[in-house]
Amino acid sequence: MRVVIAEDSVLLREGLSQILGRFEHEVVAAVGDAPGLAAAVAEHLPDIVVTDVRMPPGFRDEGLRAALALRAERPELPILVLSQYVEQSYASELLQTGGGVGYLLKDRVGEVAEFIDALDRVAAGGTVIDPEVVRRLLSRRREHSPLERLTEREREVLELMAEGRSNGAIARRLVVSEAAVIKHVGSILAKLDLPPAPDDHRRVRAVLLYLRGEL
Amino acid sequence: MTVWRAMARNPLRFLLSSWPWRSIAYLATGPLVAVGWLAVVLVVGAAGVLLAPLVVGLGLLLFVPLTAIGLAAVERRRLRLLDARPAPSPHREPAAPGWRPWLRLRLREAATWREFGFALLFALLGAVDVVVPFVIIVGSSVQVGSAYLVGHGDQLQYGPYGTVDQPEEAWVGVAAGVAMFVVGLYVMAVLAGARAALARLLLVRPVEDELVAVRASRARMADAFEAERRRIERDLHDGAQQRLTGLIMTLGLARLETPSELIDKAQQDARAALAELRDLVRGIHPSVLTDRGLRAAVESLAEGAPVPVEVDVELPGRPDEGVESAAYFVIAEALANVVKHSEADRARVLVRHQGRLLVVEVRDDGKGGARAGEGSGLQGLADRVAVYDGTLRLASPPGGPTILRVEIPCEL
Repeated sequence: MRVVIAEDSVLLREGLSQILGRFEHEVVAAVGDAPGLAAAVAEHLPDIVVTDVRMPPGFRDEGLRAALALRAERPELPILVLSQYVEQSYASELLQTGGGVGYLLKDRVGEVAEFIDALDRVAAGGTVIDPEVVRRLLSRRREHSPLERLTEREREVLELMAEGRSNGAIARRLVVSEAAVIKHVGSILAKLDLPPAPDDHRRVRAVLLYLRGEL
Repeated sequence: MTVWRAMARNPLRFLLSSWPWRSIAYLATGPLVAVGWLAVVLVVGAAGVLLAPLVVGLGLLLFVPLTAIGLAAVERRRLRLLDARPAPSPHREPAAPGWRPWLRLRLREAATWREFGFALLFALLGAVDVVVPFVIIVGSSVQVGSAYLVGHGDQLQYGPYGTVDQPEEAWVGVAAGVAMFVVGLYVMAVLAGARAALARLLLVRPVEDELVAVRASRARMADAFEAERRRIERDLHDGAQQRLTGLIMTLGLARLETPSELIDKAQQDARAALAELRDLVRGIHPSVLTDRGLRAAVESLAEGAPVPVEVDVELPGRPDEGVESAAYFVIAEALANVVKHSEADRARVLVRHQGRLLVVEVRDDGKGGARAGEGSGLQGLADRVAVYDGTLRLASPPGGPTILRVEIPCEL
């Protein structure tokens, strides 16, 4: 894949390039600020963008803003945001722009294989949310929350769903049959009063939008 | 101590104190100052009129009101004779050095024109200040001396009303003279006190203004602390956090090259360290507050809380950074207290903007009995809120519920 990286720390930019290079992805541009990102995307038309949240010039959430602007312009461009913040409010705007987006904590890159896997899933139009962010969302206790109705196993399945994993992947992870996972998913969607949705990322998005609607 | 309070005391104490003499000194030196000022005005004014055909002359006329600034400075010093309270100048410091900014500021300031008004009044009233003590002192001296004068064959003529030329009558005059002098001391003290009060009213910066200045400087200091926290947060984010993340990436790559349990362990430790650092940084200053505002930041607090927290934040805009931070940390501390002490099953955070106030209310259904100042951190929060003129109130009867309400003046 042809990748554009936006990250203001030289150290992390180099590290990312190295990891992507090892898995035979081509880093066509590595930039250090938001305007640079927009320019690099226009010039190289990459297959996926990997961007930091906090970047120059303002050192606030320019990277995320740039990602949202890019998505508004090219809704099909997959974007993976790497962040130091577990707050879901950063992720939610991005998730609303549709499939082909991801929000991962930066240290997740250290799990190199998983990171590359997540990158592939986002590039293929999937939705990936960092497990830590999902866990925080799910662990938020609420009064009369339908989440309280889920069994422990169903929670686990929901977490993995939110990470953008397929039923097969969830089955492998939990060491159960795929049929069992399909049953769990159906039960979760029913308990959360969500209508069944055809593809993975819509399923995840539905779940997350539901969670946020509760906030 | 002022001359007024001195007069209210026991008359003997007043008469034997230095206050009557200070009053006389104050009244007597006043006309000297007035005459001096009038001389200056005369010179400047005359020069201005003479040079009026040239533009310089008109400029000089502008200086006439400015001469009152000098007079006012002298008057504030003279005020110390009668009034021990400090008498700060009402003028502001010019923003830039040099005489032009100074001149522009002074001509625009209301204080300058108040001082000019005082100067004109002062010059007029200066005549009274001369006449009254003169009549009192000369009149009473003559009365007191009447026995001596009559004894030497003089006689005192009171216009058409009468003549004193008998020793018996003279002794009555002496008594009247002493009485006149005592009353006169009071009259002069009243006159001096009134003049001093007028000077204080027109020439001295009001105490309320001082309070505003102090308040503003406290808020400035709190803002500076806030900026410092943000700087530390930024440094940690750009420094230690990035380096640790880099280390985790490198360890990930190393694991690909040569899988090893030690590398796994090292990576886990590094990730744990990063997670701790992330929590620490969020405690110093949450970037979600800066980036996304109060609502998102409070949601994030609620996400992390082990008790269900209902968040209801509706604001038409964003408050000033200092106020926003104060509100955020109040909520953070209040929720921490709910978790630590209240044994509550649920809590609710409400934030609204009502009638120029930012209103924050944190309520829980716990056991109550919370008190400010018991190491709860509430006192610190109250101080922090007070800096922005806000109030913090706590209602926590035994058995609950506990309600913490903070109101901070704030325009949105």
